[in-house]
Parts: sequence; C-alpha cells; structure tokens
Amino acid sequence: MSYPKGTIVRNSTLTRVNHWITGLCFVLLTLSGLAMFHPVFFWLSNLFGSGQWMRALHPWLGVTLIVSFLGLFIQFWRDNLWNRDDVEWAKSLDKVLDNREEEVPPVGRFNAGQKVVFWGMALILPVLFVTGILIWEVYFGGATSIETQRVAVLIHSLGAIGAILIWITHVYAAIWVKGSMRAMLHGWVTPGWAHRHHRKWFQRLVATGSPGPTPDSTAKFREH
Amino acid sequence: MTNTWQDIKNANVVLVMGGNAAEAHPCGFKWVIEAKIENKAKLVVVDPRFTRTASVADVYAPIRPGTDIAFLSGVMRYLLENDAIQHAYVKAYTNASLIVKEGYGFEDGLFTGYNEEKRSYDKSSWDYELDEQGYAKSDDTWQHPRCVINLLKGHVARYTPELVSRICGTPQDKYLEICKIFASTAAPDKALTSLFALGWTQHSVGAQNIRAMAMVQLLLGNIGVAGGGMNALRGHSNIQGLTDVGLMSNLLPGYMTIPKDTDVSLDKYLETKQFKPLRPGQTSYWQNYRKFFVSFQKALYGDAAKAENNWAYDWLPKLDVDGYDVLRAFELMDNGQMNGYICQGFNPMQAFPDRGKIRRSLSKLKYLVVIDPLDTETANFWQDYGPQNPSKPAEIQTEVFQLPTTCFAEEDGSLVNSARWLQWHWKAADAPGQAKPDLWIMAGLYHRLKSMYAKDGGAFPDPILNLSWSYADPAEPQPAELAREMNGRALVDIKDDTGAVVLKAGQQLDGFAQLRDDGTTMSGCWIFAGSWTEKGNQMARRDASDPRDAGIAPNWAWAWPANRRILYNRASADLDGKAWNPHKPVIQWNGSKWVGFDVPDYGPTVKPQDGVGPFIMNQEGQGRLFARGLMVEGPFPEHYEPFESPAENVLHPKVKSNPAARVFPNDRKAMGTAQDFPYVGTTYRLTEHFHYWTKHALINAILQPEEFVEIGEALAKEKGIEQGGWVKVSSKRGQVICKAFVTKRIKPLMVDGKPTHVIGCPIHWGFTGVARKGYGANTLTPFVGDANTNTPEFKAFLLNIEKTNAPPAVDVAQGPRDAQGVPKSLTKVGSL
Amino acid sequence: MADLQSQDYIRRSATNLTPPSVRHHELEVAKLIDVSRCIGCKACQSACMEWNNLRPEMEEFNGAYENPHDLNPGTWTLMRFAEYEDEQGNLEWLIRKDGCMHCEDPGCLKACPAPGAIVQYANGIVDFISENCIGCGYCVKGCPFNIPRISAQDHKSYKCTLCSDRVGVGLEPACVKTCPTGAIMFGSKDDMKDWAGERIAELKERGFQNAGLYDPPEVGGTHVMYVLHHADKPSLYSGLPDKPHISALVGAWKGVLKPLALAGLAFAAVSAFVHSIVSGPNETTEADEARARAEMEKAKRNGSAES
Repeated sequence: MSYPKGTIVRNSTLTRVNHWITGLCFVLLTLSGLAMFHPVFFWLSNLFGSGQWMRALHPWLGVTLIVSFLGLFIQFWRDNLWNRDDVEWAKSLDKVLDNREEEVPPVGRFNAGQKVVFWGMALILPVLFVTGILIWEVYFGGATSIETQRVAVLIHSLGAIGAILIWITHVYAAIWVKGSMRAMLHGWVTPGWAHRHHRKWFQRLVATGSPGPTPDSTAKFREH
Repeated sequence: MTNTWQDIKNANVVLVMGGNAAEAHPCGFKWVIEAKIENKAKLVVVDPRFTRTASVADVYAPIRPGTDIAFLSGVMRYLLENDAIQHAYVKAYTNASLIVKEGYGFEDGLFTGYNEEKRSYDKSSWDYELDEQGYAKSDDTWQHPRCVINLLKGHVARYTPELVSRICGTPQDKYLEICKIFASTAAPDKALTSLFALGWTQHSVGAQNIRAMAMVQLLLGNIGVAGGGMNALRGHSNIQGLTDVGLMSNLLPGYMTIPKDTDVSLDKYLETKQFKPLRPGQTSYWQNYRKFFVSFQKALYGDAAKAENNWAYDWLPKLDVDGYDVLRAFELMDNGQMNGYICQGFNPMQAFPDRGKIRRSLSKLKYLVVIDPLDTETANFWQDYGPQNPSKPAEIQTEVFQLPTTCFAEEDGSLVNSARWLQWHWKAADAPGQAKPDLWIMAGLYHRLKSMYAKDGGAFPDPILNLSWSYADPAEPQPAELAREMNGRALVDIKDDTGAVVLKAGQQLDGFAQLRDDGTTMSGCWIFAGSWTEKGNQMARRDASDPRDAGIAPNWAWAWPANRRILYNRASADLDGKAWNPHKPVIQWNGSKWVGFDVPDYGPTVKPQDGVGPFIMNQEGQGRLFARGLMVEGPFPEHYEPFESPAENVLHPKVKSNPAARVFPNDRKAMGTAQDFPYVGTTYRLTEHFHYWTKHALINAILQPEEFVEIGEALAKEKGIEQGGWVKVSSKRGQVICKAFVTKRIKPLMVDGKPTHVIGCPIHWGFTGVARKGYGANTLTPFVGDANTNTPEFKAFLLNIEKTNAPPAVDVAQGPRDAQGVPKSLTKVGSL
Repeated sequence: MADLQSQDYIRRSATNLTPPSVRHHELEVAKLIDVSRCIGCKACQSACMEWNNLRPEMEEFNGAYENPHDLNPGTWTLMRFAEYEDEQGNLEWLIRKDGCMHCEDPGCLKACPAPGAIVQYANGIVDFISENCIGCGYCVKGCPFNIPRISAQDHKSYKCTLCSDRVGVGLEPACVKTCPTGAIMFGSKDDMKDWAGERIAELKERGFQNAGLYDPPEVGGTHVMYVLHHADKPSLYSGLPDKPHISALVGAWKGVLKPLALAGLAFAAVSAFVHSIVSGPNETTEADEARARAEMEKAKRNGSAES
C-alpha cells in the first residue's frame, strides 16, 4: 500500500483491516443486541433475515469481535498507557471541545479521550464475552444455574449499553475531528493533522525520521 | 369383588393389604379417594413397602412379606378379646354357633388327619357334628367348647401383639392402632372394605390369606353391606371373565368342576355337587347344579347330548390329578411328558416362576404355538438375546408357530371387570398385518382337527365330532353369537307351573332360574344367564345413573349373577329386614318383599322371620368362620412361613411352611437358604406399565424405561450400593443385573429380634419390546404355588444382592444373535 | 399452540401497545392440583404426550421415579417424587405434578424479547407462540419456576399450554381429563379456590394443620394452583419455590434498565449532534500544516548537521 507523498501513516493496513472487522462486528452486535434488548428495536432483526437468524448470529459475531479486538489491543495497548500529558490534556477538555486545540497541552499518539475509549472497550468487551457465553443458550444453556444466567444477562445488557455509549463517542469524534476518518480508512494523515492533534507523536516521528505509525518503524521517512 | 368399585365410596375404613390399589388400579382407586373425601373414610395400608397407595393413606404399617395370616389372626384375637364384633350379625349370619365334630384338633402346626407322605390331609374330622336329620348341631349361647366361635378363639389366642410383631416385623404401636381402626367398624352402621390383589394370592398360603380377612370381615359384620366386602382387584381387564368361563385346569364354566377319574358316571359326579342344606330351610343354591350342568352339556353338544347318553357326560375329560395347573404343565414339559403346547394370550417366559426352568421346559417341546397380539418372550425363547436370554438356537429343536391375533380394541366382545360387570366393547380399529381374531384361529384349528378325526378315526373322536357348531360363518364365529350362547336359550317352549308359555323355543333365557335339567334349555355359562336376553345385549347398556348416589348403577352393563351388584346383600339388613346402616341401605324388607337399589341376593319374597341365611350358596346359609373341608391346609388359617424364608416359624418350628402345598422334588432342590440368600424378595407391578405388554408401547417405555430393584437405605449402606448403581441380584435359581433404587420407603423390619431387609423387584422388563432390555424378575422366583390354587409364590422368597459394575452396553441393547454370536440385526432374522 | 387473534390477548411479549383484550368478560380459568389426592400414576404425563403428540427420548433409569428425568421440550409435565421424613420419623412420599404455573404476571413473558412469542389470554393462560420464538432463552431466565425448555432441534422454547387448544373449544386440559383420582381439576379460578378451601378444611381435620392453597401472590397468583398438605413449606415438594417471584435481576433488566438505556443512548447521540452544531468540525488548518512543515524542516536540518 502506498500513501500520498508527504503524509504520515497513522494506521497500517493490518490495523485498518483489523479495526474495520471489529467495527463491523460491533455494529452488527449493536443492531442485533438492541433488537433483543428493547421491542422498539426488534424490527432490526429483519436485517438478519429473522429473529432466529439474528439470535444464532449474535454470539458468533461476539466471538469474532473478541478475537479481532484482541488484535487491536496488542497493537494499541502501549500507546494507550496513561501518562502525565493525559492529565494535562484532560484539564483542558473544554478547549478541546471548543476546537481551540492550539491551546491544549500536546499529547502523543493518543489523547486521553481516545485512551478512555480504548480502555473502556478493553474492559467491557471481555465482560460482554464472558457473560455472553453464559447466556449462549445453544451451547451453554445448561452449564450454569439460571440465577447465574440472570446475573449474566443483566451485566451483559449494562455492559452493552456502556460499550455503545463509548462507541457513539468514538464515532462522533471521528466525524468531528476531520481527517480522522481518512486515517482509519486510508491510513494516512497530513503532518498538520498530526501536529495539531498528536504533536508529541508527530515530533517523535519527525525526530526518528519514521513515516509512522510508530517512531521505531524501520522505514525511512517518506520524502515530499 | 363381593361389592363394586363404586361402592368403595361407602366405606368408613378402606384397608389396602395384599395389594397396592393406587399403583395397580389407579382408575378404580378414585373411589377410595371418594370415600376419603365424601365419607371421611380412613385409608389403612399394610405393605412391605411404602407404596403409592401408602402415599395417600392415613395410617401405614410395614409387614414382612408372607406373614399376613399372623397379622390378621392377631386382629381376630384383638376383636374377640375386646368384644369388638358385630354380635347379632355373627350369631345369625355366620357359623359361629355350629358345633364341630369331636376328633377335630390342631397341634404343633398341623390339623388332625395329616399324611406326611402324601403332604395332604384326611379332612373328615373338619366338619360339623350332625343331628339325626343330617343338620349341623348349634349352640346359640356359645357355651359349647366345640362351637366354632370358641374353637376360633382358641386358635387365634396364640397371636398376641408381641408375637404378631415378632413374626411380621410390624411395630406394635402401629399394629394396635390398626386393630383399633378395624374394631371401629364392628358398629352395625360402620363398614370396612378390604381391597386386595396378588399381594395376597401369590403366596403358598394365598387362599388362606384371603380367608383370614374374610373371617375378620364376618366378625365385623362387613360382608354384604354397602362399603364392605372382600374385594379382589383383578389384575387384567378380563381375568374375572377368565375364571367365570372356567379357563382353569379344574373348572367348567360358571364354577362347576371338571369331573375326576373317580367320577365314573354322571350320578357319581353329581353326588358330591348337589349340596343338601346343613341347616333347616336353607337355600343351598348349588342344589340346582344338575340344571346348570345339563344346560352346559346341551350348549356343548347340542342334540348329541341326550338323556340316553347321560347328556354326553362320558365325552368330558376326567382329571387324574387335582388339576393340570401351569406349574404342573411345565413340570411335565421339563420331564418330557408334555411335548406340545398351545400358548394363547399368555407369556409364561415372563409370567411364570423360575424362568430358567421355563426356558428349559420350552426347549424340550416338539412344538409351541403362540397365539398373541405381541411378539412375546415366550415366542422368542429359543433366540440368543445375550444374558437376558442365553438360549442356544442350534441346540433347540422346538418348532415355534407364531399366530398373531387381534387385541381388545380390534374386535367386539365383553370384558368382565373386578366387580363382575360384563361390559360389551366395540371394535375400534382394524388389526395390523396378518393378525386374525382368536375365534378365527380356534375355529380353523377345530375344523382341521374335526376333519382329521372324521378321516382317520382316532382313539376317541366323539367329543370333537359331536361338538355343536351352529354359527352363521363356521369359519369365524362372532363374539355376539358366543355371548348369546353363553346366556342360553330355550330349546322347546318353556311353561310355568300354570302351563302358560314363559319362553318360546329358541328364545333367549331371562336368567338362570329358567334353566332345566331335562335338556330343554341350554346355557354355556349359567352365571351369565341374563346377559343377553330377548331384550337384547344387556352388557351394552350404558346408563350411568346411580339413584340416590348409592354407588349402584343398575343399568350400566350387566353384573353376574342376575345383575346383582353386592353379593350376600341380604346380610346388609338385620334379622327383621331393616338395614344395619339406615343411611346406606342396600335391600330391605317392606313387609311383602325385598326392595332396594340392588337385586336381592335372596328369595325376593322370603320373609325375614323364616330364618333363611343370607349366604345362599352355602349349605348352612351362613358365612363360614370354620371352612370345613373346603381348604386343603385347614379349616382355620394358620401362619406358615414362605417356602423361602429368613425366619423360623416361631409358632411351630417343625412345621415351617404350608404342609399341604405341592412341591416338585427338583424345585425343592432349587430353593435357597437364608445363609446364602439373606434378604426377602418380593415382586410387583408399577403403575407405569401393564405386565409385559406395555414395554412394547413407547409412551410407557418412556415413563419407566429400565429394569431396577428397590432397596432400603440401610441395606444399600451395608452393601456399598449407590443410588442408581448397578447391582447383581441373585436367588438359588438365577440372577438379574440391573440398577438399584435406594429408597426411604423400604425399611429393615425387626423380625424375631433380627433386622430383615426387603428387596423389591418390579416385573416389567424382558427382551422384546421397545423398553430397555431386562432379565425379568421371574428369573429369581421359586417354583411353588398356593396349596389350593397353585398360584406361584411371587411375593416372598430369598435373595442376595451385591454391587456390581455396569455391564457392557452391548448386552443391554442388542437383539437376538445367531449361532455364531453375531447380532441378528446385522443379519437376516430367520423365518419360522 | 393456539394463536387465535390479537383480540384474545391481554398480554403480548415485547409489545409496547396494550392488546385490545376485548375478551375481558371471560372467566379466568385455573387448574387445581390436589397433591393430597395424587397417587403419582403419571396418567397426566402420558395424556400430555398423547394429546400434544410428544415422544421425548426414552432415557435410562437413574435412581428415581422421575422419567424423563426433567422437563424437556417433549415433556411439558412431569411427576416429581420426594421422600420426606418429618421430625418424628414419619415418612411421606410427596408427589407433585410439575409444569407451567401460568402466572398472572408471567416472568417469561416479561423477559421475552420477541414480539408475540409469549402471550396471555383473557382467561389467564400463558401460551408460547412458537412461530415468533427466536430461541434466546430469556423466558428461562424470567420464569420463577424453571419451566421453559429450549429445543435443541428447532431452538424454540416449549412448555405446557394448559391445553389452550382444548380450553379454547370448551374442553378441559388433557391431564385433567385423564386424572383417575380427580386430583387435577379445572374450572374458573374462583370455583377452584372454593373447592380448594373445602379440601384444605378436610385436610386440617385429618391433622394437616398447615394445609393450604399455593397461589403465590408474588407473581400475581397462578392459573395452576396446588392444594398442599404442607403449604408452609412448599419446597418440600421437590423444590416448589417457597416465595416465587420474578427475579429482581430480571426486573431491573426488563424494567428500569430499558428506559434508562434508551435515554442514555439518545442523550449521547443528541449531545454529539448539538456539539456538532455548536462547535462545528475540528479541522486541520493551513497554519497547522505550516507549523508541521517548519518542524520537519528543522529536524531535517538538524539531522543533516549531525550526519
């Protein structure tokens, strides 16, 4: 995959494929999950052919999601470790929301908001996976007590709501911060984008002469 | 049943002992529930196990299998000692006052007249002292030491509560509580009903078990009254009908008996049948025996039965032994003395004791014809089904013919229920495959035999060649034709005393009172006379109305005799003809005749003052506390241990078991001792199944799929047996490997100071059908029967039990194998 | 079983609209199981199999009279047997016909996410409409009595229909019809309660001081009721719940969580929208690009100087 000259690679091809598998699973799980959660959404089951198909697919999508998310986790966890910059960034959240990012303390590859999304998902998805297994009637219906399943289904619902809320934030942020979508669709960002939103990441890339997405990348910085 | 199913609701006390009505008769059991709810009746259950019946009982007491006579004799002692008997009833309606001959006695377990060599009694001393007119002497003051009531008192005096508890293992407090409940029904307006079944009959003292209870009922005044009686709950829909039409090896239809070889002429035969009254003025209805018999011969042989040939008496078979009961039949097969066997509607491989002997006996036959709707174990005895039926087909020469028949729903006919109701039923479906009605099969056999006799002569062709066979289609007589024949008809115009024609020639009889001994009437079964009259098929009546809710629906079907629903119902009224229990009258004297809901079991206009007894079939007209010579082992019941028993007979150690019961020498050798087989086994049915039939039906198989035995927790602990674990249950005759059901419902009984464990063996599984394969409980049971009836002793025998490993699944699941041991399902099943 | 028309329903699963339920004039029915008259003969079980044409798998004997061992998609009613010894050592064999209780407030219906898969008729019968069932097993979690079973063949939930197909045409349920001792009765709920009262009085006379009717108010009463000799201890009867109720967890899940979650999601979406309108997009400006270029140039220079 080649990128336009003078741009910085934000997400590798592997990352992007991995992300969109995860994303697709998440969307389908949200649609089917909501259909099974609240009658106002039951019509969504038609997207899956029928309620039966939807019920059958949902857990398999969940399994796919958890595997896929594991790939993202391995790729992203280091850059999502919390540090002092995040505190400073978070303190300036009002400015972030107001698009006055020049006044916000610089951050690395991910800002505190993204890290909250990351760790939120990293925490909730395994919970959804485990509780989902417990209420996966076809294979595990008799494996645990009904009381356990009741606890599981409640946690599963709560977790799912949490995950969807995070997801809404995630999606909106991608729409709001222009250039983000391209970063995940095509992989690259302009140096200005990197400078504006992730200055420390940008600077480290520049300092090491890396084309991205990480400073230790062996590839040479791409010429304009 | 002396009474009816419906009538149970009139009882104040329902005793279920010697049976498990809820389990084996769930439909009829509704009337017990009805008695509890509507009549506030108490339900008392006495059983080795806490049964389904016990689960709804007010009082339950455990008892060791085979000790019912000790229990009931103790009850009699209690009633007599506490004067809890219905005096007026006992005095007038039983033989309590009659004086027994000098010379009668009982000592050390034996009555007078015992012959040890023959294992039988000379019963001449077991009778009344007669006066000059041939009537029994009587002492109404009960002062005479040899009057029946005093002999009875003396006989049962030994059965103290301590002794009863020692023999039966029943806790004394429970026993006395039950005695008290029994005693409460000595009041004239209270009744106890006794519901029993094979729990009493299947013992070497089976008939005496029932007699003991009948005596209790006579003492309490509970026979003939509403809510009372001796009620044998029949185990098949038509087993009552089987005995009614004489399908016993010693009976003719209507409880007449097959002549013995000593009855060399008709007169000699009738000499001992036409009982003369033993008290003045008594009915003694068997005096009419000649009418029943001649009419039967006319039904059998038609015009060929004539006065000149003594109504063809010589064509009847004559018995050279007491009877060719099935135990004897299999003994003969085993000895090679019986070589052919027509087995119709019967599965001895499951239903008869010592299955090993049954299999061995069948293997020695030249031919076996099985006529049955199902593919029975008997028909497949020669196949190798693994451990459940380890036959070696290559070594068996028996030729087996299977003739599939229709079942009850595939033909018209009548069934006689426990309450003696003949209920007509209609065909509901066509039979599958090549199944044919039994009548078609029997007719076919008859015609072939007849033509062979006609062609070839033979030793004695007359009985076959002269048989009356006047059916529209000789090849297939219809059930309705046979039913009409059993009812009987007039052969000439029948006139009454005034000369008026009562019945024209050819008309159906109204009842057995119209039977004649001069060959002018015919009837195939005299007690059924009235079931199909000129008014039509009375058995098909379906009016369920029960006037005044008395438990009698006189227009539903038809009951023998004479549509009478409660036998001995004259005894429901006092000496003046008024009901003992004014709230539940059956029949009463209105000044000129007997009236009520039921047909009087009595002369309809015989005055109460005439002193005619209510037990009209008996020569005394009274119920017998003393049986005279009618029972083979004694005029009073006595406790004898089962032939296989863990306990000594504490009453008379030298005479342990029934001294008059027949045991074949080889079978005695096959009996075990308590040393090797320390536990008491008993067999029974479960409500989910009907004998060996319903294992062929999927729903029943689902409800109770697999063979098991029931044992108590104490025994399980002692033997290390787990709930549902595999066990090997063995007797001297064989072994069963099955699962164990460990239950609180069987507890060890303290018998003579020693804990005695009971092992319950449900009987339903075999190697054919859709349920899981089983060995059959009859693999274990001993080959000995009741001394009077030869009903096998299935209810008390000795067993051992050991924990074992699960058998390889192949043994449980697979069908027959060929000579090489290859399952037949993998090859083609050989055709017959 | 008998999906008639929507006017018959008073409750319908996963449906926000209240059914028209024009049949409210109908009497509420009830099946009364008098445990004190029951002999455990299993006639009800076989009648259920016959009428509904069910043939569950033939199992093995496993040390109990319960066969099949548990309710399953082909076993909608099951006799359960409990051997109970009281303090005095008296043995009782407590036999109970297990099956759907047809709660007035059915937990299964509450939990069901599939519209119309579970319905309740005006007569009180709770019925599963298989066609609408998606096989999620939520009814299992909603039921306080552990009744529904999911078929491994078609992944639909099954249970006793109270023979709604028979009752709908004026017949009694098959088990009632067949019960030989009259231990199972059927009629209007009021009549059944009256009759139960008589039975309880009689049982008290016989010494069962704690005899009573099992019609648990926690689920709004049931349309299958028991007369128990020990109504103070229902759990003696093979674990009949002492105080059955729809689990608080299920209540939370199907109660408060549903609107809260919807509100939360709506709030998040609206907030985002509002933010978008108020603050607009966060765009990378030419100034950003210029600054980035400058930094890159500088680094390049430093890099050349070093090398």
